[in-house]
Amino acid sequence: MGIEIITEQCVGCQACLKACPFGAISLEGNLAVIDFDKCTLCGACVDSCKFDAILLRKEEAAQRDIAAYKGVWVVAEQYKGNIQSITYELLGKGRDLADKLGVELCAVLLGKDMRAKTDELIHRGAEKVYIVDSPKLAQYQSEPYSKVIIELINEYKPEIVLCGATSTGRSLIARVAVKINAGLTADCTGLDIDQEKGLFLQTRPAFGGNIMATIICPNHRPQMATVRHKVMKEAEVDTSRSGEVIEKTYSESVLSSRTKVVNVIEEEGQSVNLSEADIIVSGGRGLGKPENFALLHELADAIGGAVGASRAAVDADWIVYSHQVGQTGKTVCPKIYISCGISGQIQHLAGMSSSDIIIAINKDPDAPIFKAANYGIVGDLFEIIPALTKKIKSILNT
Amino acid sequence: MNIIVCIKQVPDTANVKIDPQTNTLIREGVESIINPFDMYAIEEAVRTKEKLGGNIIVITMGPPQAEAALREAISLGADEGILVSDRVFAGSDTWATSYTLACAIRKIGKFDIIFCGKQAADGDTAQVGPGISMHLDIPQVTYVKKIEDLTTDKAKVERMTEEGYEIVETPLPVLFTVVKEINEPRIPSLKGKIKAKSAQIKTLMAKDLDADEKSLGLNGSPTQVVKIFTPPPREGGVMLAGSTQEIVDKLVEVLKDECKSKI
Repeated sequence: MGIEIITEQCVGCQACLKACPFGAISLEGNLAVIDFDKCTLCGACVDSCKFDAILLRKEEAAQRDIAAYKGVWVVAEQYKGNIQSITYELLGKGRDLADKLGVELCAVLLGKDMRAKTDELIHRGAEKVYIVDSPKLAQYQSEPYSKVIIELINEYKPEIVLCGATSTGRSLIARVAVKINAGLTADCTGLDIDQEKGLFLQTRPAFGGNIMATIICPNHRPQMATVRHKVMKEAEVDTSRSGEVIEKTYSESVLSSRTKVVNVIEEEGQSVNLSEADIIVSGGRGLGKPENFALLHELADAIGGAVGASRAAVDADWIVYSHQVGQTGKTVCPKIYISCGISGQIQHLAGMSSSDIIIAINKDPDAPIFKAANYGIVGDLFEIIPALTKKIKSILNT
Repeated sequence: MNIIVCIKQVPDTANVKIDPQTNTLIREGVESIINPFDMYAIEEAVRTKEKLGGNIIVITMGPPQAEAALREAISLGADEGILVSDRVFAGSDTWATSYTLACAIRKIGKFDIIFCGKQAADGDTAQVGPGISMHLDIPQVTYVKKIEDLTTDKAKVERMTEEGYEIVETPLPVLFTVVKEINEPRIPSLKGKIKAKSAQIKTLMAKDLDADEKSLGLNGSPTQVVKIFTPPPREGGVMLAGSTQEIVDKLVEVLKDECKSKI
């Protein structure tokens, strides 16, 4: 294992210096030199070198029987017995991947009294649904959920497993991946198949979205990924579809949990889940005082959106943390993000820059948010937002 | 209470700027800091110790310079720092990282709580915390926003979810990943700074871990990066000018286009 510069081939062109995301390569004399304390062996330099002067060696792991793994699985997410929209988004992408590979698309559903819901998954394209129905699985708990999924994967051997990058999905699937020694890529925004090798190509942002990395998992199965909300298009409903339902039961030891959820408290005042919202109206310091968030709530209610906030607004106690968008808050990618009085620090942009359309309203023409915006308005949000709300209400009423 | 805090040294993304010409990160002068989420983990550990007594060991896996992060954690109230560092660890993905840290924690021996930040600000995976708990076969509670009750053998905590939060009971030992809402980290005291300066930092190398060599670093990592690129810059936006009415009309058009069903 290791990386080295083949000095006979290096011409000192510096292409690798620019390619290295970790600043680990410098030029000494006319040769590239790698600082091993900084190098993470990511291989970006290898691709950039036109002279084949960088060698990255990885010992080939003993090839497992990866051919035995077939099919694309989606881990369905349910909350209080309702299948969550992220599941349909995963089925939408899963269909595309399964078709490219020429394999089955299956869904895995865990919960209590969920048998009636398997049709919803089949109508969205699942050819098979593996269901495990037990009062012990009524709500997400990391241990029984991960143990059940591990059992299912070991028995049925899917080649790809997709899971939502939600607070449930992220907590659950990392455990599964560790136990079955599978590769897992977090928070993917792009998924594809390398047709030639049949490998799963997983693309994800890193460094707050400043760089993108494409990741593969050549020698381990299944290849697992979590996917952010709203990145993939939901699978269409087709009630004529039929599929197979396979119900499994497991022993007490698989379903047991050391942790116990004793109460679930839903937050008031937020009718729309921020990460699932198609439209987010978000406010920052420019709102001036906490009461002014009411303007945003009014607009969000009118258009069926959710209210977000910048870190500055949350830190000032104008709105609770669960609304915070950005690096230390939530990452969102709605269809439309309306930013009101937010300057657009890099940490904020990291949380919303993958939105389809960004509308920014700010008094300061030099605010960095305008660089990220599709539509920028230098103006007074206290005039524009109420006028917009009024207009939308009048349209909806006619 | 024996407490372990897992931290990571990351580039201070608050100061990362993008080169407008090449659309790449400008790294010069970017400091390394403790991952912001780990600051809440350290603080929660210190608060726990203040209430129940005990010992706090901070552990990090990284290059030799990550020692600075351990010293900073000591200045904030941790008792000991352990640096898990070896060239062999280079190229670790989240599987290999959680395995390595779990091996190091086994070497430490007895513990009641492991605190981690909810995710690291550079990789954003949130996979290492749950990975460690699985390797160690202990319960986990992620996204903890409040410890309601803690005794020597069990805890009751609030876990943040998309919909609100849930109250979870767990026996110890346990691993918690914490969110920003859990506390407000303190600044280091003068006494803490002095202690940090002279503290002995213990280093654990691959040979010290009783680890399966095949499971370390690049070779132990199921995932492999094949390409790194900068995302295409956003298409140049349009500035809307005119009267409030004109602007509103234009915005309604945009909203209509995107959300046909609703408006």
